Amino acid sequence: MSRRQSYDGVVLVAPYSEPYQRYSIETAHWWIARALRGSLQSAGLKPGDLDGFSVASFTLFPDTAVGLTQHLGLCPRWLDHIPMGGASGVVALRRAARAVQAGDADIVACVAGDTNHIDSFRNMLSSFSRFAMDASYPYGYGGPNANFALLTDRYMQTYGATREDFGRICIAQRANALKNPGAVMKKPLSLDDYMAARPIADPIALFDCVMPCAGSEAFLVMTEDEAVKRNLPFARIAGAIERHNAFPDDPIQLRGGWVMDIDELYEQARTTPDTIDLLQTYDDYPVISMMQIEDLGFCAKGDAAAFVRAHDLTITGDFPHNTSGGQLSAGQAGAAGGFIGLVEAIRQVTGTAGPTQVADARRTMVSGFGMINYDRGVCSSAAIITSETA
Amino acid sequence: MTTPLTPPPRKDPQKRTVSPTQPPGMRSRASLGLSAAAAEGRFALQACAECGKVQYPPRDACSGCLSTDLPWRDVSPSGTLLAETTIRTSVNLYFRERAPWRTGSVQLDAGPVILCHVHNDCDRNGRVVIWNRLDRSGQAVLLAVPEERTPVMEDDPQLRAMTSDPKHRRALITDARNPNAPALAAALKQAGASMIFVAEAESWRPYPGRKALEGIGGIEFLQMDVTDTSSVQRMAGEYGGKTDILINNARFIRPGGALARGDVAFARDEMEVNYLGLLRLAQAFGPAMCGRAADGVNSAVAWVNILSAWSLSNNAEFGCFSASNAAAYSLSQNLRAEFRPSGLRVMNVFTGPTEDSWFQPVPPPKVTPQAIARSVIGGLRDGLEDVWCGDVAKDMHERFLQNPKILEREMTGGGQG
Repeated sequence: MSRRQSYDGVVLVAPYSEPYQRYSIETAHWWIARALRGSLQSAGLKPGDLDGFSVASFTLFPDTAVGLTQHLGLCPRWLDHIPMGGASGVVALRRAARAVQAGDADIVACVAGDTNHIDSFRNMLSSFSRFAMDASYPYGYGGPNANFALLTDRYMQTYGATREDFGRICIAQRANALKNPGAVMKKPLSLDDYMAARPIADPIALFDCVMPCAGSEAFLVMTEDEAVKRNLPFARIAGAIERHNAFPDDPIQLRGGWVMDIDELYEQARTTPDTIDLLQTYDDYPVISMMQIEDLGFCAKGDAAAFVRAHDLTITGDFPHNTSGGQLSAGQAGAAGGFIGLVEAIRQVTGTAGPTQVADARRTMVSGFGMINYDRGVCSSAAIITSETA
Repeated sequence: MTTPLTPPPRKDPQKRTVSPTQPPGMRSRASLGLSAAAAEGRFALQACAECGKVQYPPRDACSGCLSTDLPWRDVSPSGTLLAETTIRTSVNLYFRERAPWRTGSVQLDAGPVILCHVHNDCDRNGRVVIWNRLDRSGQAVLLAVPEERTPVMEDDPQLRAMTSDPKHRRALITDARNPNAPALAAALKQAGASMIFVAEAESWRPYPGRKALEGIGGIEFLQMDVTDTSSVQRMAGEYGGKTDILINNARFIRPGGALARGDVAFARDEMEVNYLGLLRLAQAFGPAMCGRAADGVNSAVAWVNILSAWSLSNNAEFGCFSASNAAAYSLSQNLRAEFRPSGLRVMNVFTGPTEDSWFQPVPPPKVTPQAIARSVIGGLRDGLEDVWCGDVAKDMHERFLQNPKILEREMTGGGQG
């Protein structure tokens, strides 16, 4: 296999999160426009300054990134549409960074956003994938809750994790979310609340599930020279990986594609897990965050339950995790759920996270996970994002 | 263990009848192979013709070697339950109304891992057998059941929703004079049907089966002739709302094809009974049955046609009779389409020559009334759409699947060499 080239010379700037709403009467176009504008304004740019545009969204139908260019009045020379849900943030970053490195674009806006109408979650489910239509929905139509219930059941049986262990992740994230004014969840969550919650699909209960909501996230990719010229705080990409349909012969998903590529990621970033200051996992369910803590090398396989028992996962803790509250407490704004951790990571290492800022955050691991095509998440991605001086 | 179903309480006429809702019925074309197998009660998956890899979910290309030659093959239905969940909430109305619902993940001995419904009698992480059944949308779903049968396992609410079990249900048989009628009535009673209605035409005219029917006990006779629209409508008005299973066994048969008969008199009678009779019944009873397809333990559940296997391919000795059955068969397909939104199932039981005076000159094997009754009850219990009763019908079906044109040659005298 050929050696991965570095991302030197390319940086990430202008992280922007449009505050989430539980339900919205607006469209995905509206939400994407809000985040794009927010990001551009924070960088002091006009839409005409962009020459690259990358979009991730589930609710744009019948439009794609193409329709958005005309709708939003953009004239990019590089255009991308990323249908990878929870993995889309890091994937967008990888592609945009290479485009900027190669000179195919100078400034790329990466945006993800979705709306959430009263019925849009149900409608999205009903047309998610062919395998899901044929072989998943007819079985109780529990959506992702049912899929992850099966993974959680198997994970608990195999590694001895308990509901209390999953609860620790959820409770820490709620504490983080209370510092994020854009989060949908505003009430504190105790372990008693967590354990007593209404069962949804055993062993998953209410607080294991994300709240579908409307929201959008954006950041810009440009050369370091450009960022310096414009006097913008920036983050570097120390390394980034993606993988799709890993381990198809595993009877049930207890590990993700990260396992195949994680050594290369640390090698590319010339670092090790112990140097990582904070972790942003894709947290559609706490079992998936546990899988990432293991597969990204923070502990051995099966040890994540012990790991979360031994660490404080809050902003001020010894292992800050999903500092903006993650999807479990900030909400899952469709494809923006694939960006929430990355955008927060850029804020953290540029020292612009405000109330959720972790002191001395220099190296962040961000991982993505997406698309329950049938019985498991197919896409996985991860990146190490560092501060200007790390 | 499964809790035995209790007989439903008397219907409260002031309560609103529950509208039938459906589990998701959308499927890719590849996936319909599973439904075709379920219609006959078989468990089949795609197996690559080149590398042999068994596929699931259904595909258009092999996930092992990219071959596009993926025929459906009966495979071992055994497997092990890997994980399970009980779904307590769903955005789909059908499942929302029926929650909690047990589903799981099963490693099949044949290779793939499947998501499936899980029968309540299955042990956690236990060995299971997969049944391929039609759900109320009419599409195939997979259900894990214990390896060994358990007491009253057919009463499990998930399984019951996929079958047309006569237990606690009321059945109507259309033609008391048909030699099948006593055997059908006795088998329904044996299977736990709560009421059995038998329609008689021209009640004043005695017939040998009457005594046998009376001997079964508890049979209610009604005056109905499938060739008389007003009698059918009258009886539908009275019984349509309490018919859960309708078994149309009315038959008019005479030997002969087009040239063997000098006129259309018998052909008209055959069409009157075999085709228009079915149409009249469907128009009169269909709407009421469709409206009651979710009406609790004794919901309307199945429409059964007993057809000649010659509806598939014409037998020249009984050419005109075969044609009338072909018309009825075609109409049954239309009824499937029109009943689909309600979940009411159309089951066709195809038979070869039956053991009665009209087939006296035809050599054996012939089908007895008891065999037809067994096929009907078995098909209802398994929720089937197509049942092949007796060796002649099974043989016809196999030949038809292999090549309908070759079968036509054989049936029309082109194959005796």
